[in-house]
Amino acid sequence: MSMDTKPIISVNGLIAKYGEMTILDGITVDILPGEVTVILGGSGCGKTTLLKNILRLHEPFAGSVKFWDKEVLNMEEHEFGEILKKTGMLFQNGALLNSISIYENVSIPLELHTKLPREIIDRIIRVKLHLVNLSEATYKFPSELSGGMKKRAALARAIAMDPQILFCDEPSAGLDPLTSASLDELILDLKKQLNMTIVIVTHELASIHRIADKIIFLDGGKMLFCGTLEAAKKAGIAAIDTFFKVGQF
Amino acid sequence: MPCKVVNNSLVLEGVLDAKTVPVVMDKLGHILKQHTPTTIDMAAVTSIDSAGVAFLDELQVRLAKKGVLIFSGAIPEVQAVIDIFTTIKLPVQVPDRQMGFFEKIGDSLVMAGGNFYDALVLASDIYYWSFVGLFNRKGQRKGAFTQQGVQLGAEALPIVALLSFIIGFILSLQSAVQLRNFGANVFIADLLAVTMVREMGPIMTAIIVAGRSGSAIASEIATMQVTEEIDALKMMALTPVRYVVVPKFLAITIVMPMLVAFSILVGEIGGGLIAIGYLEVSISTFIQRSIDIITFKDLVISLGKSTVFAWTIVIIGSYFGFQVKGGAEGVGKATTSSVVISIFSVIVLDAMFSLLYL
Ligand SMILES: Nc1ncnc2c1ncn2[C@@H]1O[C@H](COP(=O)(O)OP(=O)(O)OP(=O)(O)O)[C@@H](O)[C@H]1O
Ligand SMILES: [Mg+2]
Repeated sequence: MSMDTKPIISVNGLIAKYGEMTILDGITVDILPGEVTVILGGSGCGKTTLLKNILRLHEPFAGSVKFWDKEVLNMEEHEFGEILKKTGMLFQNGALLNSISIYENVSIPLELHTKLPREIIDRIIRVKLHLVNLSEATYKFPSELSGGMKKRAALARAIAMDPQILFCDEPSAGLDPLTSASLDELILDLKKQLNMTIVIVTHELASIHRIADKIIFLDGGKMLFCGTLEAAKKAGIAAIDTFFKVGQF
Repeated sequence: MPCKVVNNSLVLEGVLDAKTVPVVMDKLGHILKQHTPTTIDMAAVTSIDSAGVAFLDELQVRLAKKGVLIFSGAIPEVQAVIDIFTTIKLPVQVPDRQMGFFEKIGDSLVMAGGNFYDALVLASDIYYWSFVGLFNRKGQRKGAFTQQGVQLGAEALPIVALLSFIIGFILSLQSAVQLRNFGANVFIADLLAVTMVREMGPIMTAIIVAGRSGSAIASEIATMQVTEEIDALKMMALTPVRYVVVPKFLAITIVMPMLVAFSILVGEIGGGLIAIGYLEVSISTFIQRSIDIITFKDLVISLGKSTVFAWTIVIIGSYFGFQVKGGAEGVGKATTSSVVISIFSVIVLDAMFSLLYL
């Protein structure tokens, strides 16, 4: 990647706290356009917290977050709304709306944010559900789906609007290796064909090898490493080495 | 995003995405009234997203009815996106057929019948295990009965007191003016006692308990059902009805008549204030007349029906709790239905009981 590529998101000195407890202690990182960035780290180290703070779902204690070079932390609600329309998020537990069907869950952003006619929206919904391999569950309700199916339905909703930036919190947790691999294919397709910028939290080594352009390793509230996978393996940082060694068999 | 027809060919240009598609569709509506293009020239489309692809698919399906249609010349980047998002070959999923009006009515009648049967089965289960539970406390948590007694009874005292007081007070106040016109002041005692004992005490208490405890029972059991706690109980070889419902059932059987008696008493005090303060009936006359007018039969029916109300509330609450479907949103629905149905049943039952006074 050439030096003059402007970061699409840049996080600077981000500090996140829950009450008195500091979870993230000064995170500084740039997310480059068209790249797949994987966030790694042990359970409870603050990966979800990082995503939520970047997206203002949880107000950061200090630091700055820029999208397209614009500071978002004190941005007006409606202005930030415009940025959110170009952003999709897959939540760790899916966060589907339980009282409506999968079809309607995916249709919500399309209906509320575009002027597209019904038949076009219908096609978009069908193809998005097809891409996550969930066509059969189109008219089911979230409570009728398995855990992995909920994840995939939530992914379909996250990509409903063809966002420019996609955040995924453990998309493949709870999925079998085949489905997980097909989601990786989809993610690579989105990146290549739509030039989507993707930030993913995942623990799947296989998946990391397939999709990561860059990895970020969090530990103890700090960012231990940021760079390519090869560089991470050569960096000689104990925590990272263990992570990759334990995962191998 | 201009589009025009050149030599029987529809030429699309520029960006084809969620923003531009509505505009193009608008223009196209007019154009297609005059021309029937046979090909679509895509060469000038610079970028496309899933909305654009959906639009092309829709166009293809619509125009194919009028004649052959060929897409030509999309640049590779655009073609790649089309390949990902095309819906042409997707099988169509049909939603479950919506039922017609009469079908729905018939269906809900059948459902209601089924529900009633299921509720009866549950009720017999509850009676059976409660009876067993009287002699054998195995399969119930220690202290559950006392805890439920406190929750269903003692904690309801303040709200029962407040509402009963107000009801007694208002009843007397409304009647006082009329009675005074006829110089029938002392009859306030009779009127109040009969209303409180026969109707207001039991029904007000039942409605409060349905709102307070019926809903709590329904949502507690529904939550346990949704989070698989009920399954966990079964796996520990426990009977969910026995473990969860029986302590509540026994507790409410004892507590409900007490609450009703308390409600009657407080209602009398509320009404008494008007009788003594406004209608100038003496305290002793008020008490004497109240006691004289109430028969033993009145008391038995009053406390008896309040027990029946209590059972109804617990049975309906647990029925809706156990039959909850779906996730968290099911809990809310179960709670609402349980309160609505139990208040409804209590009032219908009350109407039936009033025949006993004839
Ligand atoms: N709402 C909250 N209130 C208080 N503490 C919280 C809250 N949410 C998370 N935490 C704490 O913040 C820390 C980081 O949580 P976070 O959800 O970001 O972890 P994670 O890295 O996403 O873990 P996992 O891989 O298990 O999802 C944890 O120690 C957790 O206890
Ligand atoms: Mg997490």
